[in-house]
This record gives sequence, structure tokens and C-alpha cells, in this order.
Amino acid sequence: MNYFLTEEQQMIKELAAKIADEKIAPVALKYDEEGIFPHDIIQVIADSDLCGVYIPEEYGGLGGGVFEMCLVVEELSRARAGIALAFAGTGLGIFPIILFGSEEQKRKYLPPVAAGKMLGAFALTEADAGSDAAGIRTTAVLEGDEYVLNGTKQWITNGGEADIYTVIACTDRSKGARGFSAFIVEKGTPGFSFGKKENKMGIRASATRELIFENCRIPRENLLGREGMGFLVAMKTLDRTRPGVAAQALGIAQGAFDEALKYAKQRVQFGQPISSFQAIQHMLADMAIQIEAARCLIYQTCRHIDSGEKSISKESAMAKVMASDVAMKVTTDAVQILGGYGYMKEYPVEKRMRDAKITQIYEGTNQIQRNIIALELVKESSSKKQQ
Amino acid sequence: MDVIVCIKQVPSTNEVRINPETNTIIREGVEAIINPFDMYALEEGLRVRDRMGGKVTVLSMGIPSVAELLREAISLGADEAILLSDKAFAGSDTLATSYALSMGIRKIGKYDLIICGKQATDGDTAQVGPSLAEKLGIPHTTYVRKIEAMEEGYIRCQRLTDDGYEVVEMILPALITVVKEINEPRLPSLKGMMRSKKAVITTWNAEDINANKDLCGLKGSPTQVIKTFTPVHDIKSEIIEGTPAEQAKKLADKLLSLKF
Amino acid sequence: MASIKIITEKCTGCKLCIRACPYGAIEVENRKAKILDNCTLCGACVESCKFEAILVEKDEIINDNAKDLDSARYSGVWVVGEQKNGIPAGVVFELLGEGRKLADKLEVKLSVVLLGNNIEDSAPTMIYHGADTVYLVDDPSLEHYNDEVYADILSNLVMAYKPEIVLLGATTYGRSLAPRVASRLNIGLTADCTGLEIDMKSRNLLQTRPAFGGNLMATIICPNRRPQMATVRPKVMKPLERDTSRKGEIIKPEIRIPGNTRVKVKDVITTLTEAVSLTEADIIISGGRGLCDPKNFALVEELARVLKGAVGASRAVVDAGWIDYSHQVGQTGKTVRPKIYIACGISGAIQHLAGMSSSDIIIAINKDPNAPIFKVAKYGIVGDVLEVLPALIKEFKERLGG
Repeated sequence: MNYFLTEEQQMIKELAAKIADEKIAPVALKYDEEGIFPHDIIQVIADSDLCGVYIPEEYGGLGGGVFEMCLVVEELSRARAGIALAFAGTGLGIFPIILFGSEEQKRKYLPPVAAGKMLGAFALTEADAGSDAAGIRTTAVLEGDEYVLNGTKQWITNGGEADIYTVIACTDRSKGARGFSAFIVEKGTPGFSFGKKENKMGIRASATRELIFENCRIPRENLLGREGMGFLVAMKTLDRTRPGVAAQALGIAQGAFDEALKYAKQRVQFGQPISSFQAIQHMLADMAIQIEAARCLIYQTCRHIDSGEKSISKESAMAKVMASDVAMKVTTDAVQILGGYGYMKEYPVEKRMRDAKITQIYEGTNQIQRNIIALELVKESSSKKQQ
Repeated sequence: MDVIVCIKQVPSTNEVRINPETNTIIREGVEAIINPFDMYALEEGLRVRDRMGGKVTVLSMGIPSVAELLREAISLGADEAILLSDKAFAGSDTLATSYALSMGIRKIGKYDLIICGKQATDGDTAQVGPSLAEKLGIPHTTYVRKIEAMEEGYIRCQRLTDDGYEVVEMILPALITVVKEINEPRLPSLKGMMRSKKAVITTWNAEDINANKDLCGLKGSPTQVIKTFTPVHDIKSEIIEGTPAEQAKKLADKLLSLKF
Repeated sequence: MASIKIITEKCTGCKLCIRACPYGAIEVENRKAKILDNCTLCGACVESCKFEAILVEKDEIINDNAKDLDSARYSGVWVVGEQKNGIPAGVVFELLGEGRKLADKLEVKLSVVLLGNNIEDSAPTMIYHGADTVYLVDDPSLEHYNDEVYADILSNLVMAYKPEIVLLGATTYGRSLAPRVASRLNIGLTADCTGLEIDMKSRNLLQTRPAFGGNLMATIICPNRRPQMATVRPKVMKPLERDTSRKGEIIKPEIRIPGNTRVKVKDVITTLTEAVSLTEADIIISGGRGLCDPKNFALVEELARVLKGAVGASRAVVDAGWIDYSHQVGQTGKTVRPKIYIACGISGAIQHLAGMSSSDIIIAINKDPNAPIFKVAKYGIVGDVLEVLPALIKEFKERLGG
């Protein structure tokens, strides 16, 4: 389908596809099984100028937006979602700086990210604060010119590998959600350490770790925005990065579909390729329909966000829910088409089924997304009544 | 260091399959690509430039559409691209090709190193590199797997041999042909791709490079293809059944009876 | 001059020729075929056309250049006697066997050019294997193969003695030396020949070689210039039995050896650990992805040891870093032609087949019965290579006493 991408977007997509096919696909299995973090792939992405697609030009990026980021994530995820996540997770950690950073903060952190020299991570989740972000226990106390951080963040993507962490911590317990603030914490700061690497079901080339803060002192100027804006920083960031998860899901689904189609044409049963059987044909058709529908919604949502529209939460949540549910369904069907081979680790679809699952969970479970969508729907409908 | 990299357009052989009924090559969706070995040549040229300064010029001979492949070379980082294109060049064998390339290079003028891929994947002759060096009167080394050292007027490289390698020194300007082992080619950059869209591909015809038309194309080619045919693969396959131990025994029976 | 023409009245624009053209040199415009500039006049399209609408006119064997060609002045078949450390390459004996046939047919002498240092001992061996004459240039400066020096001497010898055919092995050195010499003498050169015949009427050498990774064979002639030069693939031609009663002449030509060269070979290093090199091996055991893990490559190596063969590999495992590039067989690696090729866990991508499909006997071991490797295999074993290989090693060890 012609999505009317600009010439530059077309090039970004082609280039990301080339990286996926030529650099990621050949090593994907090895990185995945051995849990190797793809620093070398990040360098390839940076050398191709893609690390900074969503970073403004004045800070060494290409000046694109959410759409450009999603095009890269989609193509990279087609080859391997876990490897794409090093890029996407950085976007999540860096968007707070793009949105709320001071001029100094932007000048300091954005150029090295655009050049692939630094990776980012976003730290919101804690053991008791998942869907309910208000349960955050990590604290930040201002002492002179420094904030002192204490607490533990959990399941942080790019944990231990990233150089820059956006951390949401409580600065005033009494104010509830308005008592959170966002901070930039650099790797190597005394009092900042990492827990063990989590052993995950999927996205195994991605590093997921605990962040541990024990009297970790950071300069006062590392506060993002003002005190009390932490929750806002998180929500505005997630509004812009949820399409990234959607794009990741889309890439996973496309990759699984491509494998299933290829296999169906090769695999011979009852004397003919299984792609000639209607049962398989209908499955393939349904998979393609869902993928294309998800792509339409994601691309249109990206355009909606990049156009500067204010109300984007509902749309970005819709894209995330739909694409991740599609990914789960399509990857499951891909395994089904490959049959016994599909269930084996040496064939490339069971992996995608395991990868797909996380997209329904992280950056807000699909249940929470539906809450957001419903809440917005109700709000919109009541404001219409008032008009 | 000014480097000239010679590239050739070849069909992407991934798609070359034989139709078992007609015994002809199936060319469905066949796409023109830069000869894969030339990608290593280009990468090595770019690395020499990145290390030592100077510029990389890519040179090709072919039909006008080869300009698109030269654009691809620019998106990877080549500084200039020149295409030799003329009806007079049509039907060149390796001798006529190296003559035309040598005349193009004489027009380019100054250079320190010429890099070619070890061979093209369509013809597999590996002849144009050494033949071109001879036409230019410069030394050459084939199958280079590593440039060990390079400075003004001097290069030391490793040449892959059948049982190891040799260390060869040459006085520059010189020509090398490279094997896959020498490097891992980069991917284009977005900025490079944008630059390549706007880049001007210089096209020279036979007159532009002062080529003697008697030495170009079919006229200048001593070799003539008189017949092409697809080889008959007359193989009767036999699948050996049984447990691994039985299969091993049966296979050993068959092979040992051959007294190899 | 040769030319190609579309007879527009006959052309229906059916596009059959487009599919037949190996060079992508035909387009259909306004329902008529059109020949593009990259046409090589190979003629593949002529056969494909059902309407006889394509006409290729080949040169008459004699054309303008031929007036200068006094082929009678050129006589004899030459073989370039490549050697390393005084030991002639295996292909030299094969070339002597084939050269003998050609020379007998032409009723001329077969000669060998031996260049090197302290190689005089090899000269009689050349005669025992079929040569009538040995041109021996023995000099300390020829210790190592050197493109510039060897090309200089060979060119001068050819100009001095005027053979009508010069054959070299299509080895690393042969494929480097031959084009340099051909370029200097402005003569034709055909690479990697697998078949040589003589057309007695014209005394032309009919040189047959594979192109497109062996998917297409082409027969090439060089009618108007002499000598006719070709490199020949190792392991294709048959050597003669050694016959010490054969007599011949050893000539030491007076030849100037270039002193000041721009090329210096500083060091010659042998890295291949096994006894036999891939291109010279009679038996090759190759491993691919189906081995699942780099450590399982030891099975391939062990079978190679037991069978006294060489170890090959598919591109996939070389790229994954399981084994060194020098073992890679296929289009971007080495072209091999052993008597026996055992492909272990290799699916047989077209690029791999290009490097080994002309082996005498191919044995494929693969889990997937649909793998393309079985199409070229004489013997196929459908099964897990990790089970079959140990069984094979055990079997051959017992029977060969390895």
C-alpha cells in the first residue's frame, strides 16, 4: 500500500530495512540465545544517521518526529525485536529531555545520543508501582545543590547498558501524583548501581535490570522541568513512545508473517505446497489484513502526533493496543502454519511469538491502555455535551 | 591518497535459477546490483581515504542505467563517480574493458591506488584487474586480504594464496584486487543517500577519453563467444535409508568401492 | 563486425527472450524487443525465440585484424609450469596431459615454461609427463612468484618463440599472471576453462568455460590473434602416466631478468593446517548451519582427517565466525572440484552450489528433504547431521583403520 511517505521517510525505512536484513538478521539468533547486548548494531544504526531521526537538527539529529522513530523501530523489529529495543528504549529515555529538557540539558545529552555514543533508558516502574504509577517509593531529597536519590527501579529496559537514565522519583509524598519529579541520572554516578540481568521469556538480546539508588547524589540541574512535573513528564513521554511499542509489535508481526508465507510456499504435504490449501490461505489472508490495519493506524497516529495536535493519549493508546494484540495473534498463527517446525527453537517464529507477548504488557498494559482510551472517550463526550 | 575503485554492474545472482524443463536461466525479478566483490573494494577505498585523506572516485563502464549503481556508491561515501558509456564499448571482453577503463583513468589523471573486486560474479574471470594494471603500466597484486601499511608511494599488503598468504610490497601507484575477507562493507548513511540523489554522475564517451574505437567494444575484443549452453546435470540421486549406523555403512560401501 | 538484429516484422513482443538473456540486455518497447548496449552477443536469446525474430551474425573467422595474423608463424602448445618451492603445482601435470592431446592433434610440439630458483630437477619430470621441450629460466631472483617479473619474462618468451597456444592453471598465480601477459601482448584470454578442443580447419582453440556460477557454459574462440591463451581449472584435465623413457629437450633461453622491480614479495606464509588445500583436495567435507553449533564443526574436521580430505564450509558459518574464510566454498569463496564432496548440514543455496556443483560425486546430509543440495547430490542422507556424522566417522575409522 502507498503510505505517501516523504522521500526522506522512504529512505529512512529502506535504510532501516537494510540494517535489519544485512546486519541484524544474520546475528539475531546468536544475540538472542546468548543475550548479547547489540552495541555493535547501535553503532551501525548511528553510522547510518538513524540514531537521531527523532532528535532536532540543532542537536545533531535529523529533525524528524515520532513517525520517523516508528519507521526505524518497525523495520528493525522485523528482524529482531530485542535488538530494536536498544534503539526504542533509548527513545523512551530521551524523549523527556526533548520535551522538557533545558537548553543546557539538550545540548549536553542529545548530540551524543544522535551520534550513537550514548544510550538512554526510562525508569518509572517499581516493584509496587506498575500500572499504578502513583505507588512509586523512590525518593529524591534536595540537599544544598544536590538531590539525593534512594530506592529501586525494576525491569528497566537498557538497564546497565544505557548511559543516561530518566528517573521518576518522589520529591513530596504529601502531594500525591503532583509530588513526583523527573531526573537525569548518568551511569557511573556514585550510589547508582544495577541489579541482576533479568531472565526473560522474549526480547532476550535486550538488557532488563534493576536500578538501585543508595544515597545517589546528582547535581540540582539534572532535574527535568520543575519539581512536581514528574508524572506529567512520564505521561507526555509515554503518549509519544507508545506508537514505538506499536511499531515494534508491527515489525514482529510482519517478520513472523514473512516467515510463515515463505514456509507455506515451500512446505509440501499431500503432494502440494501447503500454500495451496484454503485453510492456510485464509490464515495468511487474515494475518495480512490485521498487519495492514495496524500499520494504517500506527502511521496515521504518528502523523497526528507529529502535526502538533494536543490530544494524543487516546490515539497513541489505540495504536499500541491494536498493534500488540495483532502481533500476538499473527505470531501465534505463524507458529501454527509452521506446525511442529514452528514450535522448534531453530525455526524463526516461536521466538517472535515470545517477543510479541511483551508488547501487550510494557509501557502500560493493554488493560491500562483501554482505561486511558475509555477515560478520554467519556471526557470527550461530556465536553461535547457542554458545548 | 587518491583512490579509484572500479565497479561492475552484475545481475543479482540470487535470482538465477534454472528452469528444469527448458534448461534456461530463469531471470524473474532479476535486479542489477554492484558486483558483490566490488563492495569490498569500495569499502577498502573509503577506509584508506578516511584514514589518510584524499578522495575516492568510483569508475564503471556500462549502459546509462549503471549511473544508479554509481549513486549507490556515493551514498556509501564515494566522493566522485564516473561512468564510461558509449555504443562503441558494447560487447567488450576483458581486454577491451581494461583498455577503456585505462583511458578513463588516464583522463582522471592523478591517483595513488586502484582497487577492484577479485572478480565479477557473472563472468568470474578475475582478469580485468591485472589487465588494467598492465595497460596503465603499474604493478598489481591480486586477492589482497589486508592492507598492512600504506604511505606516500608505498603499500604493503597480504595476498591470499591457496595454502596461506604472502606479504607483498609495491611502489604506488598500484592496483590491488580484494577478497571478501578484507573488510565488512558499511551500509549507506541517510545523509549519504540524500547527497547521492543530487550528485552529478559524470559520463564520458569514447571520444571524451580519447579511446581508439578499434580497441574498444567488439572490435577491440579478441575473444568471441561462439556458443552458450546450459550444462546438463544428469544426476541420478539415491537416498540412503536406515538408521544413522546403517546409512553410514551403506555410504561407506559405496564410497570405498570407488577406491578413491 | 558481429552484430545482433531484431527482425521487427517477426517479433511479437512475447518477452521470451528477456527471460533467456543472462545479461538483462533485452527490453520490450512498443511490443518489440530491443537489444541494449550491454549485449555480449552470446546468442542465448536466439534459441529462445519461437518466431526466429532474432538474428546474430557472428564474425567470419577472418576479419580485418586477421590480415596481420600470420598464424603459421605461431606454432606449438605451451604450458606454464607453476611451482612453489620447486614443487610443480598439480595442475601443471593435468595441463601437460591435455596439452599433449592438443599438440598431437595440431602436430606441433608441447613445451613447458619453468620459472623459478633451483628448479632444474623438475625439468625431466615435465618431459616424463608429456613435454617435448622445457624452457627453463632458473634464477635466484625468481625464488618467489612475482607478478611483475614473471609477467615480464613470460611475455618476452612468448614473443621470442611464438607458440600458438599458452595454457596456465586457473590458480591464484595463474589467474594473476595470465591477464597481465595477455594485456601486454594484446591477445585474447579465456579464464577457468573446463573443456578445450581444436577446430582443425581454423586451428582455433575452442575454449569452454562456465559462467554465472556454472549455470551457463560458453564456448569461446580467439580467431584473429596469437597465441591463444587460457587458464584451466585444476582437477578437470587428466594427467598422463609418468613415463621415464620419454625424451625431450631442455632449453635455457637467454633472457634478461628485470632487476629493479616495483613489486617485492617479502614473506610467504602457509597457514593451512590440514595436509591438503581445498582447491587441490580429492575429498572435501563441508559443514553448514545444520551443525547448529560451532563446536560441532569438530565432527566435520574429524571425518576429514579420517578420509584424508580437506575441510570446507558454507558462507553462513564463515560469516558467523565458526571457521576461517579460507575454508569457504561457493561464489564468494573458493570453487572446488573434488572427486567426493560431502555436504554436512548445508542446504545448498545457489551461491554454494556455484562453488562445488561440478564435483564428481556429491553426498548430501541434511534434515530437510526439500533442501536444494539434494538436487545435485548423487547420494543423499535425510537425517540429523549430528547423528549421521559420528556414525560415518566410526564406520570409516573401522574400515580405513584411521
